Amino acid sequence: MEPLTWTGPFGAFVDPIFSVVLVVFLILVAIQVVGAYALPAVNDRILADGTIIRDRGPNAMIGMAVRYALLALLALIVVYIVAGMFTPLGTVGIVGALAAQLSPVWISLLATFLISIVYKRKLGLYGKLFDSTVGMIGFGIVMFWVYTAVFAGVFDMITTHDELAQVSGMKNKGPGTPLRGIEEGDYPYYLLGGDNLARDVFSRVVEGSWIVITIAPPATLFAFMVGITLGLPAGYFGGRLDTFLSFLANLVLAFPVILLFYLLVTPEIVAIGVPNYLAVVLFIFPIIFVAVLLNSRFYTRPRLRTPLLISVVGLMFWFYLCLVSAKGSAIDVLPSTLDLFDISSGFLVVFVSVAFVNSITVFRIVRGLALDIQTRDYVAAAQTRGEGPWYIMLWEILPNARGPLIVDFCLRIGYTTILLGTLGFFGLGLPPESPDWGTTINDGRKLMQLYVHPVLPPAFALLTLVLGLNLLADGLREESLRD
Amino acid sequence: MGLFILRRFGVMLLTALCLTYIVFFMTNLYPNLEKLAKTQGNFRMSDEAVASFLEDRGYLQSTPRKYLEWVGLAPGYLTEKDGVPLGKCVRPGMTVEEVPNYCGILQGDWGWSTVAKAPVSDVLGTRLANTGYLMWWVMVLMVPSALIIGVLAGMREGSKLDRSLSTVSILSTATPEYVSGVIFIVFLASSRYGLSPWLAEMGLIEGKTLFKGTAAKAMETPTFENFFLPVLTIALYGMGYIARMTRASMAEVMTAQYIRTARLKGVNFRNVVIKHALRNALIAPFTVIMLQVPWLLNGVVIVENLFNYKGFGWQLVNAAGNNDIDVLLAVSVVSVVVVLLTQLISDIGYVYLNPRIRIS
Repeated sequence: MEPLTWTGPFGAFVDPIFSVVLVVFLILVAIQVVGAYALPAVNDRILADGTIIRDRGPNAMIGMAVRYALLALLALIVVYIVAGMFTPLGTVGIVGALAAQLSPVWISLLATFLISIVYKRKLGLYGKLFDSTVGMIGFGIVMFWVYTAVFAGVFDMITTHDELAQVSGMKNKGPGTPLRGIEEGDYPYYLLGGDNLARDVFSRVVEGSWIVITIAPPATLFAFMVGITLGLPAGYFGGRLDTFLSFLANLVLAFPVILLFYLLVTPEIVAIGVPNYLAVVLFIFPIIFVAVLLNSRFYTRPRLRTPLLISVVGLMFWFYLCLVSAKGSAIDVLPSTLDLFDISSGFLVVFVSVAFVNSITVFRIVRGLALDIQTRDYVAAAQTRGEGPWYIMLWEILPNARGPLIVDFCLRIGYTTILLGTLGFFGLGLPPESPDWGTTINDGRKLMQLYVHPVLPPAFALLTLVLGLNLLADGLREESLRD
Repeated sequence: MGLFILRRFGVMLLTALCLTYIVFFMTNLYPNLEKLAKTQGNFRMSDEAVASFLEDRGYLQSTPRKYLEWVGLAPGYLTEKDGVPLGKCVRPGMTVEEVPNYCGILQGDWGWSTVAKAPVSDVLGTRLANTGYLMWWVMVLMVPSALIIGVLAGMREGSKLDRSLSTVSILSTATPEYVSGVIFIVFLASSRYGLSPWLAEMGLIEGKTLFKGTAAKAMETPTFENFFLPVLTIALYGMGYIARMTRASMAEVMTAQYIRTARLKGVNFRNVVIKHALRNALIAPFTVIMLQVPWLLNGVVIVENLFNYKGFGWQLVNAAGNNDIDVLLAVSVVSVVVVLLTQLISDIGYVYLNPRIRIS
């Protein structure tokens, strides 16, 4: 079988058009940036009757040209994707085959955007996101990876091969190489080539997204729970508590993150269970948070509060025990009949250390916000009303701090993704054959000057996800400031 | 002011003590000591041999005791076995009489690197000099370009130039060092891909590649070819953040009343920006730049390993991987000092730059 080219026979006549449009677009953008300074901002024409017509002159025309060039570029990309989805394998080459593999993602993205844009006025802050171009682009990129991860991790779609399977003869082979001696039902190509252990790069990148999506957002959420539970009282009460907690936070922040990871994640430390004990401490904070949240709200109605609190906290505590206890690890408290799931130790270690590092920064942010907001009038009103301190913190201060916190949440998921990559890059925590992006980059970089295809896809995957989260945060910030 | 600095130094000392104790505790856990013994002796040591090896060298004393020995407040552990002295203060080739009683930080002795077989101060000294050189060039590249981007973007908020420069800075904050480093090496320093084969064919560059993918030679003979990529990689990640902060500060200043007054007086735009806005807009970025230094330290660790440049970060990973206790402790002391010193400088500098703030 012939190896696939990038765009196949279809590309023979679409590729030239695409490159021409791309070059035109780039030139126009450059002209636009220069023109905004070099050309006059307004253009006045004085008519014979003494009236003046004022417009933006050449700048307006350049702006319009840029917009149409961009639209043409996007239309061509859509043509590639659609052609790839509806033509047989090989017609549109590697690009088409990738587009076809990712078709569930395109369909879900389209559905998400259509529904959200139709109902955007009823969806609060989320709907407002669709008013900002930057926010929409960011949201699109993030959702692309979320859907890819979910379809690959939960439904086992998208991937073409098993991410750990090694196929003989495929070591370091370039993108689009056909497999030898395939059987019925096997996918005939390595779309993005094989790595130095002859595994499929495309499948590994896709599976890697599932690891990132299962660790980064939940770890950030835990970090926020810890940071909020400690940061609110530190900011609100101040005094000794604040001094003590801030000192601890500064202590951890003075550590180089990588030294901290090395200390927490080396196999010797994991063997005696330091991360497990850290997990025991960190995972209890969501329970404290929810318990205090509910109690402060409903303590005037004990008949509602008591059963609610018992059921919610009981359920959470059970989950907590399932989370922290695992067969054969340092903490093995729950009998196996009650233990719903075991978490592999590598996963737990990475999760805990990432959540721990982030929680410190969140603590500082929340403390600062609490210090700022507690001087407002509505807090004074609540104090005069006789509300308890925890009610004020959780039901007066926290909701009013939500804007910056939501924005920071998006940014922090990106930062957590970077941290995860750093861990993988140094070969810490996750097993060496794990398909997560950091580990894959680390694997590929040894032969990077000879074979680039194993290392570039995970690098670009990580880059786009973090970029998407940053753009999303920017869009959210813009829209939440507009309120 | 004097009292303020004194108090900050007190906090610094306390932080350094707490931090080194944590590192001390973690590195002195038994599995780590076992690894140490096996790398020092041989890998097939029995458990008893490991225990006696550690016992002889004083590793099995209580942690606070060992910590005091490291600080230099307690006499170093010393035993004699077959006429050869063993213990904390023993250096190769010493006889029992020569071994000093105390050998801690207070005596100016930073310990012994078990991997490099040399005093820690010698090992870390050269490494720190290498990293210092790297950081200097990072600063030289990063700070001016970040400030220029930020000021250009912030002086006309919402313009096309602002949009494009802001996109560039978002892109640079979203690219961690290990991604940008890899991309740079592939496109600029590979003889098979990217720009280099193309340039070599046209005869524009002498060697096979435009830049070198490794900075291993840059320790002795740093050249633009082998040193620029590591500098660029670190600088790029920090640049975006500083540029965004500068942009925000510049945009805020440009909406201030006195800028409007100056414009209405008829001062032209260039003079408004350079004479009126710039000085006030650069107060906030100064703090950000100082607080960015600890972050750079992080990038240094990644980049030095990626480009094989033997500096502080390379030493950190090497020491952590081999449980080189004394080096790790010295590394954490250095990083605490760097972090807290930059905080102090940023606080003091802020007061000097901004006449509205006074330390009471």
